[in-house]
Amino acid sequence: MSSVAFVAIGILTLAAALAAASLSKLIHAALSLAVAFVGVAAFYFLLGAEFVGLVQVFVYVGAVAVLIVFTILLTRRESGSPARFKWTGALVACAIFAGLLVAIFKTKLPAAPAPPLAPLTVKHIGDSLMTSYVWPLQCVGLVLTAALIGAMILVMEEKRP
Amino acid sequence: MTPTLTHFLAVSAALFSIGLLAALSRRHAIFILIGIEMMLAAANLNFVAFWRFGPPSPQPVGVMVAIFSIAIAAAEAAVGLALVIAVYRHFRTSNVDKLNAMKG
Repeated sequence: MSSVAFVAIGILTLAAALAAASLSKLIHAALSLAVAFVGVAAFYFLLGAEFVGLVQVFVYVGAVAVLIVFTILLTRRESGSPARFKWTGALVACAIFAGLLVAIFKTKLPAAPAPPLAPLTVKHIGDSLMTSYVWPLQCVGLVLTAALIGAMILVMEEKRP
Repeated sequence: MTPTLTHFLAVSAALFSIGLLAALSRRHAIFILIGIEMMLAAANLNFVAFWRFGPPSPQPVGVMVAIFSIAIAAAEAAVGLALVIAVYRHFRTSNVDKLNAMKG
């Protein structure tokens, strides 16, 4: 695991995430979010979880980012002042970041570099999904169906009496 | 120096805090959803990092949790954006500060 790649991906991800949080135009923020998700997927590749990285690209960059862009286009006629930045939120976020860093650096974590890993194949993941994780898989299917129906019902035209 | 678990956790904490910043400091509903998605991605990164640096196990537990979590996050994003559209249709705005019809 190379540290150059780690630093490069980290800078890309965090810069894109900061842009997504602070750009004033909504569409620019959504596209920065897609870049940040690509960076997170690169982290998964770096960690040896290639399947999760691919799922991340398919689901987040391919579906969720496009969904956000569509919603922005559907709700664009916005009146009133553009986004005011709330500094209390920034303060709370900084405080929580400091607290997390203190907790991470005070905990005794294994300092060794990652142990060599047998490659995690899709076959292995599929076997696990169909044996040990079959009930969670069914529940996720149910949740996705319910979310599909719920989203469609939410955006249906309201009947006007 | 190769990156260790601590470095990954620090990056993930930074990503979580940026997501929290987006969710708390912006007033547009879609920005709040963007922040929540970022926080979920940070949590997934933690799962995979702990799986990679933890003791080897026959089942790839961290990877499985991350995959299920991505699926739930996708469902959450779909329902959340549908809610944003429904709210926009009803109130003609998606600024969460203006949605105060239930204010006493």
